[in-house]
Amino acid sequence: MFKKTLAELARGLRAKEFSSVELTRALLKRIDESQPALNSVISITADSAMAAAAAADGQIAAGTAKPLTGLPVLHKDIFCTKGVRTTCGSRMLDNFVSPYDATVVARLRQAGMIMLGKANMDEFAMGSSNETSYFGAVKNPWNPALVPGGSSGGSAAAVAARLTPMATATDTGGSIRQPAALCGVTGIKPTYGRVSRYGMIAFASSLDQAGIIALTAEDAALVLNVMAGFDPHDSTSVDAPVPDYTATLGDSLQGLRIGIIQQFFDAGLDPAVAAAVRAALAVYEQLGATLVEVDLPALPLSVPTYYVVAPAEASSNLARFDGVRFGYRCQDPVNLEDLYKRSRGEGFGAEVKRRIMTGTYVLSAGYYDAYYLKAQRVRQLIAQDFARAFANVDVLVGPTTPTPAFALGAKTADPITMYLNDIYTIGANMAGLPALSIPCGFAAELPVGLQIIGAHFAEARLLNVAHQYQLATDWHRRVPLVWAE
Amino acid sequence: MYDFAHTLRNFFMSLDRAQIQSIAHLARLNLSEAEVPVYQESLSRIVDLVSQLEGADTVDVVPMAHPLPGLAQRLRPDEVVETDNHETYQRNAPQVEAGLYLVPKVIE
Repeated sequence: MFKKTLAELARGLRAKEFSSVELTRALLKRIDESQPALNSVISITADSAMAAAAAADGQIAAGTAKPLTGLPVLHKDIFCTKGVRTTCGSRMLDNFVSPYDATVVARLRQAGMIMLGKANMDEFAMGSSNETSYFGAVKNPWNPALVPGGSSGGSAAAVAARLTPMATATDTGGSIRQPAALCGVTGIKPTYGRVSRYGMIAFASSLDQAGIIALTAEDAALVLNVMAGFDPHDSTSVDAPVPDYTATLGDSLQGLRIGIIQQFFDAGLDPAVAAAVRAALAVYEQLGATLVEVDLPALPLSVPTYYVVAPAEASSNLARFDGVRFGYRCQDPVNLEDLYKRSRGEGFGAEVKRRIMTGTYVLSAGYYDAYYLKAQRVRQLIAQDFARAFANVDVLVGPTTPTPAFALGAKTADPITMYLNDIYTIGANMAGLPALSIPCGFAAELPVGLQIIGAHFAEARLLNVAHQYQLATDWHRRVPLVWAE
Repeated sequence: MYDFAHTLRNFFMSLDRAQIQSIAHLARLNLSEAEVPVYQESLSRIVDLVSQLEGADTVDVVPMAHPLPGLAQRLRPDEVVETDNHETYQRNAPQVEAGLYLVPKVIE
């Protein structure tokens, strides 16, 4: 049961092969038993999940069920969940119980999905290895000595270990695609503004986007159907019609023009990762696609641009954590400034403090033009590169990450080497483009991710391109040996 | 590609100790004595990384104001839509009395 995709589970529920109560109970047990090995969740919401599953079974019996009724979801702990602890992976919010639901959470609940719990993550989504979480690192299900990637490392590890067929996630610079790649699962970051950010704890507001980690592109399409759409509570939510993402999954790829990003095949790319990506491109040729080499000259500046824009926005967003209205407060403050400084100094972890200070510096008087304004100009150049490319090709393809999963602790000493892990993923965030990662093979027995980037609002095309590959290959069906039973 | 090895060979601290303390003050972050040199080194490295942007030709390039072309922030009608939920929200506050958030005395 636990190896089934959402689509397969939906059919099983309808056919009364098993009930939502049985499914939910089995997955809750599996999550609970996996915790010592993986640490992929921060909270397990067993009681509310069992109650919701019983209600779902009633709807299925009564014939009033929706397509996703009774199916499980794990929410990244960045999404506010009413009445449930929402920590964002931080000591700052260790005891925060959200008074309301994020729009993503509300929409999936209304669609009938059952929340199993809250997934572990890098603190405030700042990290590429899940090692910055206040609640401890998550382990990679393929090898517990390795990182699962981040920041949505708990979501990706849980799906890879078949603890849940699907989890929500967020992506500011690669936080859905990079852990999906490192854990061998499917992850999609939709177009900026496609999915509401309301109730999703803000990191960098011009880059943040909610998305999905699942076992297949088909499952991602099923969930995106209910997750996407306009939300008046989010001022950057886009008011545009949401297509049925499952309707075009079966479209032929005959005549598809795939752009291969030259800048992604650089000196830092592991040859074994490059080989897996090249093999995937050959599959696409067999499916009728044409490969075109594409040059995006400004793209190598993505990482330095990101490390101005994202920390700048983070320093502003995280100013709200003041030890007064909610969150951690230090002991015995002597005055208001001491309260602010010690609450923030003790409540935030090292990487979050580093980003806040970087942002504070680049926005400070005398440096704003040289750093922030300059970065926003370079960001425009990167977006223009992508726009030019999409005049000639339907999708852009390359590796998701330069290497497969790396060892726990290997990159914690130097932040720059950690930041460079997102070198291929940041570009899509810079330009607000939708992008996904699907498993495309192995390098040294570790999963490799194939990244597919689309034009604005081309999620249906991306999911179609990914689904056709998954019909022709079985990389997405591989389960880490210890989690196969 | 960022040349990390090159940076290691030629690295010098682009930010001094006083600057780190000033940034931490602006950000209202208390740093221990032991943390100051750690952040001095890592922030100097980050400043070094982002200094690559200097080389980009951005003459006549308009800074990006919105990730989606042609879109701007939407405004909503100025109508009352929120109800009074302060009791619910204050349940997460560290210290509250009579509906007010408590902080140390500000005016002597």
